[in-house]
Amino acid sequence: MGMTMTQKILAAHAGKDEVHAGELVMAKLDLVLGNDITTPVAIGEFPKFGRKTVFDREKIALVPDHFAPNKDIKAATQCATMRCFAKEQSIKNYFEVGHDCGVEHALLPEKGLVTAGDCIIGADSHTCTYGAVGAFSTGVGSTDMACGMATGETWFRVPGAIKVEVKGRFRPNVSGKDLILHLIGMIGVDGARYQSLEFAGEGIKSLTMDDRFTIANMAIEAGAKNGIFPVDEATLEYLKAHGAKEPVVYAADEDAVYERTVEIDLDGLEPTVAFPHLPENTRKIGDVGDIKIDQVVIGSCTNGRIGDMRIAAGIIKGKKVHPDVRCIVIPATQRVWLEAMKEGLLEIFAEAGCVVSTPTCGPCLGGYMGILAKGEKCVATTNRNFVGRMGHVESEIYLASPAVAAASAIAGRITAP
Amino acid sequence: MKASGKVFKYGDNVDTDVIIPARYLNTPDMQELAKHCMEDIDASFAKSVKAGDIMVAGKNFGCGSSREHAPASIKAAGVACVIASTFARIFYRNALNIGLPILECPEAAESIEAGHEVDVDFETGAITDRDTGKTFRAEPFPPFMQELIAAGGLGAYMSKRV
Repeated sequence: MGMTMTQKILAAHAGKDEVHAGELVMAKLDLVLGNDITTPVAIGEFPKFGRKTVFDREKIALVPDHFAPNKDIKAATQCATMRCFAKEQSIKNYFEVGHDCGVEHALLPEKGLVTAGDCIIGADSHTCTYGAVGAFSTGVGSTDMACGMATGETWFRVPGAIKVEVKGRFRPNVSGKDLILHLIGMIGVDGARYQSLEFAGEGIKSLTMDDRFTIANMAIEAGAKNGIFPVDEATLEYLKAHGAKEPVVYAADEDAVYERTVEIDLDGLEPTVAFPHLPENTRKIGDVGDIKIDQVVIGSCTNGRIGDMRIAAGIIKGKKVHPDVRCIVIPATQRVWLEAMKEGLLEIFAEAGCVVSTPTCGPCLGGYMGILAKGEKCVATTNRNFVGRMGHVESEIYLASPAVAAASAIAGRITAP
Repeated sequence: MKASGKVFKYGDNVDTDVIIPARYLNTPDMQELAKHCMEDIDASFAKSVKAGDIMVAGKNFGCGSSREHAPASIKAAGVACVIASTFARIFYRNALNIGLPILECPEAAESIEAGHEVDVDFETGAITDRDTGKTFRAEPFPPFMQELIAAGGLGAYMSKRV
């Protein structure tokens, strides 16, 4: 029986020729990731697994990004706990604030730490981002992270898959964010629960790597275990440019079994907005109505890469942010921040009246750096719009692309770019 | 292993941000987090929940973030079992890993109402609503999972095995 791309990667890491959906396997891990929220809990669990040292000090990545730079004394304590563990265990890939750090899922591909064919777990639900480069990667909890750090292995239930057949090309001002919001709107926030989203079709070659990262990143928002793209020239070029390990290229079999196939025609996609309080509440930009906004956030592991900064700056250049709007721009990594500075994008943002932050997850999960008051509305390029996610329980988040967010910041209401 | 308690009932797609809002995640102290469990959709939950009570919800319970703090804060609040139509996958894995019993049973999730007294038998998967007298069947846990839950989670279970 044919296997999906995900099934082939899991089979290879479980030392098996073949696996099928529903089968439980023990698989070797190429990378185990944690952040400042999840790692302290994992460190507490770590001793229970009977090992004094981590399985491989080069295959663990620890990233202070959620409440870092430290937002308060408690957050500082959590970051210190992680930093101390990283030193004790001589963890190679610990990324200190300012020292080439950033939001984990933007940072790891940039540092060449993920490659095609890898099997990766991370104690963060958006770990599924690395499917963009043809890796199997999925989010887990802190106990699983502790198990992975101690043993280098963990168990998985082999997922079935939904095939997402992509054709055509984006029209101007439409991007990966619009595709993934559209898909979540189609299948719902549990539409791919326990399954892989396997992207396929001739339309993929026109997607930039930034588009693919954004799309794979939000696979979890459809309940998926992972989202994964086939490896093509653009992938290989990206991996080479970022000094990644030698890729191992897997492709789904011709006769791979899918639970269903969903088709997306890029030509037919419009800028799309997810209304409060679920990512599946999507509307085309033309159906949004008149919604006045108080804040815009451009950044996060979903849309904080240099391509996103260029799109936003292109729309904002020479204009002014609406006087009633606070527009917060957060380049996702130190490198993105530097590139944006060298290209003059930060100046464009600042001149327009945006505030530019250091890399952090900050407002995306209601940590800091842009919390909403009661009744406030925000357009965000982030990934979740749950009740209270960015602040007060009576605040509202509208998820959108960098282009829609930038245009809305200027207009003071949700608008097409 | 059995549980018996009063039901707190919630709807579909209860996400981890409302189970435990991220603004409190600057501490890994689960007892502290339990004080804020569910507060964004049910401000009275943390004050009124008693040890042994049971949570019942609709589909896709625990969707969103991978924070283990979500099942851990429910457990620390005293909840003995969560019954839902379906669970989001990371939450499902996390709940068992930390020793919080959870059962998938759409019929029970549909029928049981807030405030009802419910008995759960983890060996048989039987869920009984004492107020209506109805009994529902969930897939029971295999013996190893019952042992894991009794041990308090994956870490404690593994350390006993080593």
